[in-house]
Amino acid sequence: MPVNVIESLTVKRLEILDPQGNADEGLLPPLPEEEIMRMYELLVLSRAFDERALSLQREGRIGTYPSILGQEASQVGSALAIARGDRVFPSFRETGVQIALGYPIHLLLQYWGGDERGLRTPDGLNIFPICVSVGTHLPHAVGAALAARIRREQCAVIAYFGDGATSKGDFHEGFNMAGVFGLPVVFICQNNQWAISVPVERQTAAGTLARKAWAYGFEGVQVDGNDVFAVYRATSEALAKARQGGGPTFIECHTYRVADHTTADDASRYRSAAEVAEWRKRDPLLRLRLFMERKGLWTEEDEKNAWQRARTTVDDAVKEAESAPPPEPEELFQYARATLSPRQQRQLKEIAERGVRNAE
Amino acid sequence: MPEMTYRDALNLALKEEMRRDPTVVTWGEDVALYEGSFKVTRGLLAEFGEERVKDTPISENTIIGVAIGAAMGGLRPIAELMTVNFALLAMDQLINHMTKIRYMFGGQVNLPMVVRAPGGGGSQLAAQHSQSLETFFMHAPGMHVLVPATPADARGLLKSAIRDNNPVMFLEHELLYNSKGEVPEDPEFTVPLGKAEVKREGKDVTIVAYSRMTVLALAAADTLAKEGIFCEVVDLRSLAPLDTETFVVSARKTGRAVVVEECWRTAGLGGHLASLIYEGCFDSLRAPVRRVSGLDVPMPYSRKLERLCIPQEEDIVAAVKETLKAQY
Repeated sequence: MPVNVIESLTVKRLEILDPQGNADEGLLPPLPEEEIMRMYELLVLSRAFDERALSLQREGRIGTYPSILGQEASQVGSALAIARGDRVFPSFRETGVQIALGYPIHLLLQYWGGDERGLRTPDGLNIFPICVSVGTHLPHAVGAALAARIRREQCAVIAYFGDGATSKGDFHEGFNMAGVFGLPVVFICQNNQWAISVPVERQTAAGTLARKAWAYGFEGVQVDGNDVFAVYRATSEALAKARQGGGPTFIECHTYRVADHTTADDASRYRSAAEVAEWRKRDPLLRLRLFMERKGLWTEEDEKNAWQRARTTVDDAVKEAESAPPPEPEELFQYARATLSPRQQRQLKEIAERGVRNAE
Repeated sequence: MPEMTYRDALNLALKEEMRRDPTVVTWGEDVALYEGSFKVTRGLLAEFGEERVKDTPISENTIIGVAIGAAMGGLRPIAELMTVNFALLAMDQLINHMTKIRYMFGGQVNLPMVVRAPGGGGSQLAAQHSQSLETFFMHAPGMHVLVPATPADARGLLKSAIRDNNPVMFLEHELLYNSKGEVPEDPEFTVPLGKAEVKREGKDVTIVAYSRMTVLALAAADTLAKEGIFCEVVDLRSLAPLDTETFVVSARKTGRAVVVEECWRTAGLGGHLASLIYEGCFDSLRAPVRRVSGLDVPMPYSRKLERLCIPQEEDIVAAVKETLKAQY
């Protein structure tokens, strides 16, 4: 009896814009020039926010912050593919996604400054709260996709996570259930090569993360995560497929965490400067700028103005975030439950009385 | 009032609420085609179809996680854990997410979801499948914990749980599924959450119990009544929120209290109940509060040893008599 090959695996990688700004015109998504320039401005705004957040942390004005430096294209590119009715489940390193979707920047700063009220998403934005626990929001995204289907809502769910999360049980269980039920969900992994100090080779022996989707019965694709066009195109196609009932897709954005894991980390202790320098050459902003310059869309002056605008926007947001009054003790209980238990009501009263005493 | 079993009462509640509200859905392991390991979901797949009644892969953490996501997405899911023991695999979703998302989201979402979980010991299911984990859940603020003892309460509490906007842990006792009792016919019959019930009035000793321990407490009260000792039995029905007032008022009246818990004694529910009785009516007590608890060992497989580990009617009778001997 011969041994037959009954299944074989192929994993595709999508690249459109190279580090020198050359695009594959055949694969270029059909974006108007203004939209390409808006894309670039959002990349700049994300980076301006990131730079400012890092300095605010060093000044002690916000708490621990996870930088998105180097991952802006994965975030802005995927976010711009999201439609109004879609639901977004971010992890904790999705500042670029939130900014591109119009999440108020002052609220982001308020949150990272230690005030949960910054997570109260404005009406009309379907962005779920930042998930700091690794990968635990993947089942929530699957549940939201199931709810959308049962409620016959024409939308897709998009969930973001990192390479480290692919080792979690939540990843396996969530992917498995999404596959079994054929749900409208797009999983975006920003494989930034490092989960704190552990390289992706220590998370998995699989050659790509994208191939993992194959075992759950749906498509996985790798894209150059520093190529905003590739990310945008892959995400647009996956979301459209999901909205049309075509089931889940897994997109591995192959990118790099140029900065430390968070401001509480020092990555120079566990990885080489040469590796970081190599990835800096593949900067996602630079290649889009070169592309736009070559197309005659962008000048030195435009570049200066874009950064000026972005920094002013961030400055204004810092002022607004820092002028928010601190929460009142009552807010401890206000959000804890839809209805408070008798014991919680009693504790609330005690807190209020204690507040008066402290004021005296 | 018609009699029905605890199982049928739960089944009726599920059907009534699913008919009443199309956003009520249910899923779990073997709940659809097989109609549940304890047959509580009998007939649901046939009546409501695959979209609303779903068999899931064996993924407890994600059965809960998906319910959280679906509740945020506008449904009222009922997730069944095959037994409460498997809740341990889902503790991250239950404690870290289900009870906190509303708070962390600044009150922007409610989580109207119910987790149904059969549990308790007494069926020779051994150490890992006979646990009473109620205190694990009531310790975390943010969820209701319901523990019905009778078919009427099972039906009324499950209906209230499904209609409530908070996450609910609904703990069913495996040995009660076949127990029978009268259940009101009114389709709108519900039992309020967080309200204990005096299941039997008495003047001598207050017995505070819940779930199957209430059934044993009522049997003990019958036995003691024949000896001229009249016990008041308070059935908690809800551990969170806890109706402290009802059992404190009762203990103040009788001056003596026995608290009965199926869970392990160490850091158990009984210690918490006793402290509330002391806080609430210390001056009225004429004896120390006595606890009847499970033994602090893993549940044995052997029938003989298992019986020793779970509070029995005679243990409650003995505790009541001890309480009557003591004098403050």
